[in-house]
Amino acid sequence: MNLHEHQAKSLLRDFGLPIPQGGVATTPEEASALAQVLGGQGWAVKAQIHAGRRKQAGGVRFADSREAVVEAARELLGRPLVTGQTGREGLLVKSVYVETAAEIEQEIYLAALVDRAAGCLTLIASPTGGEKVEAGLAAGEGLVRLSPDAGMAPRDADFAAMASALGLSGDTAEAAAGVLAAVWKAFLELDASLIELNPLAITKSGALAVLDVKMVLDDNALFRHPELEALRDEDEVDPQEREAHRFEMNYVRLDGDIGLMVTGAGLCLATIDMIKRRGGEPANFMDVRPVASGAQIAEGLRILLRSPRVRVILVNAMGGGILRCDTLAEGVAEAYRTAARKLPIVFRGAGTAKELGEMTLRNQGVPAAVFDDLGEAVDEALRLAKTGAA
Amino acid sequence: MGILVDQDTRVIFQGLTGATATRMAERAIASGTRVVGGVTPGKGGSRHLSLPVFDSVAEAVAETRPDATGVFVPPAQAAAAMIEAIEAEIPLVVCVTERVPVLDMVRVKQALAGAKTRIIGPNSYGIITPEACRIGVMPDRPHKPGRIGIASRSATLAYEAVAQTTRVRLGQSTSLGIGGDPVHGLDFVDCLDLFLADPKTAGIVLIGEIGGRAEQDAAAFLEDRRPKKPVVAYVAGMNAPPERRMGHAGTVDLLGQGEAIDKIRALEKAGVIVVESANLIGHAMRQALDGAS
Repeated sequence: MNLHEHQAKSLLRDFGLPIPQGGVATTPEEASALAQVLGGQGWAVKAQIHAGRRKQAGGVRFADSREAVVEAARELLGRPLVTGQTGREGLLVKSVYVETAAEIEQEIYLAALVDRAAGCLTLIASPTGGEKVEAGLAAGEGLVRLSPDAGMAPRDADFAAMASALGLSGDTAEAAAGVLAAVWKAFLELDASLIELNPLAITKSGALAVLDVKMVLDDNALFRHPELEALRDEDEVDPQEREAHRFEMNYVRLDGDIGLMVTGAGLCLATIDMIKRRGGEPANFMDVRPVASGAQIAEGLRILLRSPRVRVILVNAMGGGILRCDTLAEGVAEAYRTAARKLPIVFRGAGTAKELGEMTLRNQGVPAAVFDDLGEAVDEALRLAKTGAA
Repeated sequence: MGILVDQDTRVIFQGLTGATATRMAERAIASGTRVVGGVTPGKGGSRHLSLPVFDSVAEAVAETRPDATGVFVPPAQAAAAMIEAIEAEIPLVVCVTERVPVLDMVRVKQALAGAKTRIIGPNSYGIITPEACRIGVMPDRPHKPGRIGIASRSATLAYEAVAQTTRVRLGQSTSLGIGGDPVHGLDFVDCLDLFLADPKTAGIVLIGEIGGRAEQDAAAFLEDRRPKKPVVAYVAGMNAPPERRMGHAGTVDLLGQGEAIDKIRALEKAGVIVVESANLIGHAMRQALDGAS
């Protein structure tokens, strides 16, 4: 689950991270009032959306007067912001975060994440943070890692060594070691899957300030943190993706015309690869989880039937030990029978209850083109997408 | 023969009395697996599927001496169940549970350090040596006893490879799912090592996907070993939507989260036959073996 910057900052402040004072505004007037309460001479006004690269896209503004704060908030609020991570349509800015601006001397990059190969949490940092981080890391400049010997029980000395490897000294190094330890603790206690501070700024006075945070929580661990569930912002997720999720499907919208329903994420990726290789364009990624029921599968297929860009639906059903082909076919038939818009359906069944699945489609009057071979099924879906008729 | 499990493997199921575990245990027994008991806390002393049920893994081990355990418990209990099996020194733990918190798997990995136990999964379809032993959620059909070892990150793509190797009359020595989660037990390299040492296995199929470095590690291992047995691979996700590709990678691809093309190049460089589409796996293996003989 992605968090907004202001949510992450609020959580991390409780772990003692040096986070500038700030607050959330949904109108220019609120932004102005916030700036007054915060005081000082300068403020940052930042669009709150679930995507990075906001600064390059103009989603982060600096203001040296309250009038300028109002102006920045007015320009950002209520409009979509397109960044390098949002896709073409961008994400609607519903709120801005207003915080006291810091005078920056140096920008550090810091991330906590699970090293999948080592099976261990790790910290990675670079003395060149901010917008320059990608160029810096690509050039292999100064990447610093927490000592792998620390395992899952790093000591203060490990954090201090990492701060020193970042080229810091004195009070700044001590404060940085404290930040590293706090990020480590927060990651474990909140069941995060990513905490990224970029930049962690060193101000002209030598103090540290966390200027931006990207934080992702492990969806699989939210059962341990019911209070964090309230931070979920459903508006940031594509409505069809959200709907599909309720029906035990993983769904990602794509731009093509071949609708896909596939048992399993890997097989769905493989099906997309085959379609693209043959010059076709998939309309979506849809992975049906093994626990899905016939009724849930019907709801999933309705999402495809309702999508105006979809011209043909390819159902790739590999029956396993839990989800059988006939369960999938039942769901497909139910959705098809009751659909206002009928689309050509290509059904490729294999594995458990393949014949039963095919029989279900026949008996329930679904005029599906049925194939054993995946390559032939994909060819037929491409042909139907081009001609638009069965 | 095959790797890790065969007709002599004694198996218990953790969470035996649950609905999925019950169905999968029935299927295992029907296909010849020596299921010797189960564990469900609070139901010790009862019988289920005519098998003795124990409150703890330690009791089950003392009474039934299992070689392997299938973990079929909910995500919140999965790590504790695996750690219990590690502490009871069961040689093989197969965890099919999906959606296990990643930090729980980090803790399991810590418990695994220095232990003799091997873990398959979590989020794995399990392991099957056809008509000898199955621990998992795979379909029985279309497995056939045979000569191909299959290791896969994805369940249904593995079934695809199983169906194809059966269709070209090669069959499978053993098929196992290393699991789709970022932190897991056995990796491709472990599977390759075992399959190369198994006289029954004539060829190996690896099915990878985007994310992580498991395929690159496998390539490095094969480059070093240069085995005579053919290795056929497919890597899913050349055209993965960005949301799937990025996952939780953050701003920067810090640890090499793994694009398909890099994996394919590494495998090809190591002499692996990489097929461009998932429907060509069986055919490629047939050709490789016919060409080699």
